[in-house]
Amino acid sequence: MSEDAPILSLEGLSVRLPAGADRSHALSNVSLSVAANEILCVVGESGSGKSVMANAIMRLLPPEVRISGGRMVFEGRDLAQATAAAMRAVRGEHISMIFQEPMTALNPLRTIGDQIAEMFSVHTDLSKADIRAKVLSLLADVRIAEPAAAAKAYPHELSGGQRQRAMIAMALALHPKLLIADEPTTALDVTTQAQILKLIRDLQQRRNTAVLFITHDFGVVAEIADRVVVMQRGMIVEQGSASSVLNNPQHAYTRQLIAAVPPLKAPPPRKLAAEDILTMSGLSKTYRTGGFLGRGARVTAAVKDVSLNLPRGATLGIVGESGSGKSTLARCIVRLIDPDNGAIMLDGKDWAALSRKDVRRETRHIQMVFQDPFASLNPRRRAAELVAQGPIVHGTPRTEAIAEARNLFTLVGLDPSAGDRFPHEFSGGQRQRIGLARALALKPDVLVADEPVSALDVSVQAQVLRLLSELRERFGLSIIFITHDLRVAAQICDLVAVMRDGAIVEHGRTSDVFGNPQHPYTQALLASIPGGDFTRRRDAANA
Amino acid sequence: MDAARRYFRSPAAVAGLILLLVVIAMAISATWLYPRDPLSLAGRPLLWPFSNPRFPLGTDNSGRDIAAQIFYGARISLLIGGVATAIAIAIGILVGAFAGYYGGRVDNVLMRITEAFQTLPNFILLLVLVAVFGSTLTTVTIAVGVVAWPAPARLTRAEFLSLRNREFVQAGRTLGMSDIQLILGEILPNALPPVVVYASVVMAVAILLESALAFLHLSDPNVASWGNLIGLGRDVLRVQWYVSAIPGVAILVTVLAVSLVGQGLNDALNPRLKGR
Amino acid sequence: MRILSLAGRRLAASIPTLILILIGVFLLLQFAPGDTVDAMMAQMGGGDAATARELRHFYGLDLSIPVQLGNYLWRLVRLDLGFSAIYGKPVATVILERLPPTILLMTAALSFAFFFGLLFGVAAARGVNKWPDTLISTLGLIFYATPSFWFGLMAIVVFSVYLQWLPPGGFEDIGNVQTGIWRVIDIARHLILPALTLGLIFLAIYLRIMRASMLEVLNLDYVRTARAKGLDETAVITRHVLRNALLPMVTLIGLQAGTMLGGSVVVESVFSLPGLGRLAYESVVQRDLNTLLGIVFVSALLVIAVNFIVDLLYARLDPRITVDG
Repeated sequence: MSEDAPILSLEGLSVRLPAGADRSHALSNVSLSVAANEILCVVGESGSGKSVMANAIMRLLPPEVRISGGRMVFEGRDLAQATAAAMRAVRGEHISMIFQEPMTALNPLRTIGDQIAEMFSVHTDLSKADIRAKVLSLLADVRIAEPAAAAKAYPHELSGGQRQRAMIAMALALHPKLLIADEPTTALDVTTQAQILKLIRDLQQRRNTAVLFITHDFGVVAEIADRVVVMQRGMIVEQGSASSVLNNPQHAYTRQLIAAVPPLKAPPPRKLAAEDILTMSGLSKTYRTGGFLGRGARVTAAVKDVSLNLPRGATLGIVGESGSGKSTLARCIVRLIDPDNGAIMLDGKDWAALSRKDVRRETRHIQMVFQDPFASLNPRRRAAELVAQGPIVHGTPRTEAIAEARNLFTLVGLDPSAGDRFPHEFSGGQRQRIGLARALALKPDVLVADEPVSALDVSVQAQVLRLLSELRERFGLSIIFITHDLRVAAQICDLVAVMRDGAIVEHGRTSDVFGNPQHPYTQALLASIPGGDFTRRRDAANA
Repeated sequence: MDAARRYFRSPAAVAGLILLLVVIAMAISATWLYPRDPLSLAGRPLLWPFSNPRFPLGTDNSGRDIAAQIFYGARISLLIGGVATAIAIAIGILVGAFAGYYGGRVDNVLMRITEAFQTLPNFILLLVLVAVFGSTLTTVTIAVGVVAWPAPARLTRAEFLSLRNREFVQAGRTLGMSDIQLILGEILPNALPPVVVYASVVMAVAILLESALAFLHLSDPNVASWGNLIGLGRDVLRVQWYVSAIPGVAILVTVLAVSLVGQGLNDALNPRLKGR
Repeated sequence: MRILSLAGRRLAASIPTLILILIGVFLLLQFAPGDTVDAMMAQMGGGDAATARELRHFYGLDLSIPVQLGNYLWRLVRLDLGFSAIYGKPVATVILERLPPTILLMTAALSFAFFFGLLFGVAAARGVNKWPDTLISTLGLIFYATPSFWFGLMAIVVFSVYLQWLPPGGFEDIGNVQTGIWRVIDIARHLILPALTLGLIFLAIYLRIMRASMLEVLNLDYVRTARAKGLDETAVITRHVLRNALLPMVTLIGLQAGTMLGGSVVVESVFSLPGLGRLAYESVVQRDLNTLLGIVFVSALLVIAVNFIVDLLYARLDPRITVDG
């Protein structure tokens, strides 16, 4: 927060979309300002126009999308009217941008050092030796491990977090007055996300840069914002200082977004059954790739000796970051992948040892809900057919199966007549409901949900989770719930297991694990949740 | 349907369709317009086009009507093109589907075979097949089909490889579907469109391959094909170059038409970013 | 080192393919009506059954097929391709004599097709959906649809018969063999039309692929990053787009090597060039199956060699390719 004059101010900015888009304008009459030395967060869900705004400021909009009105005043000049040459001088040197996906935002065929050096070679006259030195000092500034090695590395040789650090180094190379960050942490792990957020805040304070930070997560806002702007469908619905917007939101949409941030405190624990419906013991899965004539193969242990119990009617959460092996574990449980070792006792039978043919027959007892609402439904089948497929394969006559499917539609909150439509006619949240209905059609005992809400907007997430709880009560389902988001796990899981590098590091009742974590990794995970303090204070206030 | 509307919005695609229909019309109307055997002597040899109203396109070295041969040639080209393409696509889909779905050993073996066919230059393989099995219409058609299957096979395999790990296919497995049910019911309907569009490329190649064979006097000499005529015209190239020129234009137009239609279909079925 | 080991692996993997081809074609040729001995006897003007039997025994053609196959493969390892009845020389000698014109022709055609394909492809992508793009893409389609032999004939009519700028065929002026630089120029003059003819269809293919590749890369995120750094459009294209867009083109060279060799059969016939392609045609017509088999072997080797070079090039260009693939 500062008294300085605004570095950038948008006055009545409107951006027009081409005919055939879902609305006429991506941005309507947007006015905001960013002062020097402050972090302004722009929050909104997908379709709010926040990315369009970032691209508009840099004048990097696609050709069909045009600025149709308003001004973008940067240091006294209206960027909306600037010539191409003038904009090129501004980009990189006065306003810089970092993007969401560091893997694709860097040229895969050139080294990191090369790409950072390009900033200098384009905008300055420094010698090669000087540039090399500057690149190394930049990489050290962003706290990348082994700067010299990183400079000579190609993007695919670094991790996601390191790539993002490199991008930040590149963006801050010429000390720009304004840094635009378009969801830079969304594609990163929770722990990495926390580090990058901290880095951005540090650098911002040290270099006095103004930051325009775009995000969909109010937790992130609580973590780093000085001021906040909330956007919905191309319009600003609320703006103000972070503390006032977070603690005293005025607009209904803002309140909805804040409320949708799942609380970290688990709901009161439910009573658990005594007997287990599913028991995993010693599950392992190892992958062997490459190798020439049996030598030099890379061995990855995706799942290492996992043993867990699922009581009847309970929900077991498996949380971990990407690469932890939780997805592989989920697929082993439903026998999409065959585990190398171990047993899975389901209702007295060793499910892991069954032949392919028996698996096909018995699979009706354990069903799966998938992560990607767009890829998990066959685009060429109608919705009712998709739900009825399972029973039909197992012998139910078609008309009966379709009728059952329509009943299930009602149960998951969809209109039964929607069964005649194709998947692309539904929204993401609706498609997940269809996926749920499909999984329930075979009346399974166990449901394995692999990140079922991760690809959904925050407000839709809450609805689907509520639906899942209702169905759980109604059908007495036992659920294994895979997720990377601890807040989501806290909402719905009775038991939770924390997974890292293929092994379970801690497990137990959710309230125990989250309230009093024992393992350092669990502690680190909990500490990394953006806006953790804010959430805890809010929950305490609401309790 | 949206796809049909998208197709007709492209002038190139529409032009291609019209040209193709013209060629098909020529093929269909051949017996009606030229009831006599096109390879029978009709008039004086080497008449220039437009010099005699009875022979609008002139006559060839042996005095046969060039226009008649063009019309009948359309039949041969479309026939060979169509049948050879069907053979190539059928084999290609079979090989590609099994290789892509099962992976591992099956994939290795099938890909080795595919690679063998692709390492050997296709025209040379065609020559070998013709040397062994002869030059009748049937053998040439089958030979062309056999030479052309590797590319559709690779395409199908690529589609299957990408689709078999798609979540809706995994969902099908968790529902208890067998491999055949998954291949035929879930994957194939989604894998087919690009392969079907690719059929137009295969057809273009098939027509060009057969006409090259005919030019070299290695195809069936007893049918009136465009390639045969070009080969004949070679002997009189210096003066009566039209004998070779006219059937070449016919081939060009037909292959162009097939390519345009294929491209139009591709754009219509896969609407992507503009400028692609 | 990575590059060599990578390409080396692919090369090793080609050996089973080569063996598969040879066995396949060898077995296929067993179905041919008439064999080398029949061709030889036709050359000699006829003979009786006893002579035929003797000849067959001499050439080992009366042994069982698996034994014949084994013999053939064993001789192949020692690069002994057998004897050509028609030319009266070892097949290897005949093929080696005919190899240079074909290699020259293919190199010329490939260079022409690649260079202009790249140029026009980039031009089309820069002016996408405007008139340069429409013009270039339409020309590309027409070139693709043009039968190469017909184009060759028409080119002869225009450039040799009417304009008389270029010779209508042959590899060099036989009646007036030159030396040194003049010979090079003479051969070059003879190769212009054939190279153009052979390269035409590949020009169309490279053009289309380069255009598509450019358009695809131009839409990728790192191009946006480059623009966000303040680079102008030319710098964006030369430093970030071109090298990435070239990758599919390089792969294509390998994939099209076989097709180009096949195309040379027709082009060499049209222009009477004493190359490998025309030799293949002659072997079929004269039923010299030994030579045909030898040509199959050499063609496959050529394609494998080209693919090896392409693999080296690709690994050099793309640092993401690793030994574990």
